[in-house]
Amino acid sequence: MVALSENVALAARPVVARRSPSPVGDRIFRAASLASALLVLAVLAGILASIAYGGWPAFQEFGPGFLVSSAWNVGREQYGALVAIIGTLVSALLALVIGVPISLGIAIYLTQLCPGWARRPVAMTIELLAAVPSIIYGMWGLFVFAPLFARFVQIPVSNLVEGMPIVGTLFYAQVPSGVGVLTAGIILAIMIVPFVASITRDMLDQIPTVLRESAYGIGCTTWEVVRHVLIPQASVSIIGAIMLGLGRALGETMAVTFVIGNANRLSASIFDPGSTIASRIANEFNEADGLQLSSLMALGCILFIVTFIVLIIARLLVRRAKVA
Amino acid sequence: MNASPAAVQGSTPAAPPHPAPAQWGRVRAGRRSADKFLIVACTLATVLGAVVLGSILLMLIIEGVRGFSPNLFTQVTPGPGSEGGGIANAILGSLVMTALGIAVATPIGVLAGTYLAEYGRTSHLANLIRFLNDILLSAPSILIGLFVYTLMVRPMGGYSGWAGGVALAIIATPVIVRTTEDMLRLVPGTLREAGAALGAPLSIVIRSVTWRAAQSGIVTGVLLALARIAGETAPLLFTALNNNSWFSPNLMGGVANLPVMIYQFALSPYENWRQLAWAGALLITVTILGLSIVARLVLSGPKGR
Repeated sequence: MVALSENVALAARPVVARRSPSPVGDRIFRAASLASALLVLAVLAGILASIAYGGWPAFQEFGPGFLVSSAWNVGREQYGALVAIIGTLVSALLALVIGVPISLGIAIYLTQLCPGWARRPVAMTIELLAAVPSIIYGMWGLFVFAPLFARFVQIPVSNLVEGMPIVGTLFYAQVPSGVGVLTAGIILAIMIVPFVASITRDMLDQIPTVLRESAYGIGCTTWEVVRHVLIPQASVSIIGAIMLGLGRALGETMAVTFVIGNANRLSASIFDPGSTIASRIANEFNEADGLQLSSLMALGCILFIVTFIVLIIARLLVRRAKVA
Repeated sequence: MNASPAAVQGSTPAAPPHPAPAQWGRVRAGRRSADKFLIVACTLATVLGAVVLGSILLMLIIEGVRGFSPNLFTQVTPGPGSEGGGIANAILGSLVMTALGIAVATPIGVLAGTYLAEYGRTSHLANLIRFLNDILLSAPSILIGLFVYTLMVRPMGGYSGWAGGVALAIIATPVIVRTTEDMLRLVPGTLREAGAALGAPLSIVIRSVTWRAAQSGIVTGVLLALARIAGETAPLLFTALNNNSWFSPNLMGGVANLPVMIYQFALSPYENWRQLAWAGALLITVTILGLSIVARLVLSGPKGR
């Protein structure tokens, strides 16, 4: 009788910290679940340790100059990260510039404008975009999008801006083949849209209806409700969602490898081919050894640090967003 | 007295705090056009998303169906430049490694999720692990490939199916941890209390009451993880690589798999290889979209949304 009431009392407490009088099986189960949880910790530490270990020889050989050198010469064993770092940052930034407004638009459409019956199918369509494997985006980008992009955007724009200062450098394609940094940015934008949109939608959904109703009640239009009530309310989470999208864009590999052109030279034009950290690793890893392999690992290490900082900030801003 | 008409005249139409009628019209037009712009822009954004998905599916169907034939499932990948062949070895390799990944990830993920939801709850350790799990969930998969390369491929002296399976398991685990925890948290505390009232130790309450109540949610998590890893390419590139011959029972060598096959064949100059890549891409995308639709339906089925 006493034991029973104790059990009930313990189980009713919000934090169940139960010990001893249980059988051995109970303790084993608890230990197993704790060990599994600790494994998550170990894996993350292992990733950092292994990549840092692999990249160490390159960091030692080139020192801090590795970060600012644009050399990538397999024959002479000269390696630098600059081209890949810039490619990564520029393509991810382009992805945000293009993807974020679209994501917000979709989120607003789903929460404010969409008729009730269409809400689930439309939301599902957008979320299915997140399930498409990245290699399929790569194929779509290379075989469907790039030819159209070259014909209807790159060639006309290049002709238009040729010879102009600044704009002429930024938007002139030497070989208008459709692949390049901007194409990679656009494909990345499409890939981050479902994530940013679905997190933003969740956040907008969580805003109490009373706020919305009172705004409509004093005669606000939908635009004003969105602009002055919803966006300010959810702004922190929306920034978190955008950072989460940035984290994805920085680390995305296969789709980018298909469409960025994989050039090792630095070019000022966003129509020209470039490469990102991830695409370079994917391209060269299997044929690399020695210092080249270690330089690729060092690139991976830089990517690790950058994406993890971005993801940590994102996660702090968006506490528990769903990511399928 | 004689000043009053003027005063009345001055005060009636003015209504000082409000703008004059002419201005009113302008403001309203501005508000209305901003509103219209929002509606049109948001609708366009949504249509754009749907068009992209549609375009991808259309492309896969047009290009993929041409490559579909019974050979696809019975013959191995052909050598460079040769005719015929299928992708049977890649399909089998993908199945085996995905199964291996899920088999490793499911118990670990479910147990870790159980720890977070049932034992750790709001302790500092649980919060830390929850946080790191979320980070791992969105970590670039290529880094996981590099990790497993250093951990397994180099020490074991070559690309292997085992390494591929482990890399996929690492990607699948955080998904399962996350969904398991979320689903267990939805189980009402009264169920646990009822179990405890019968005198069952906590581990038995968890296994036979809480897990059972959250069953469909946990299955959904596993399905989502399956969908996630089935199309992963980058980590397999450094772990399992590829192999143009039949799958051998030991996973010690390189193992053919659909994603890497698609990657290599799609970018190859051979028409035949490209055709196979398209067929493989169609196969894998349909499988994954199907899996994620099923997972979502299971999840939202009984409770609705």
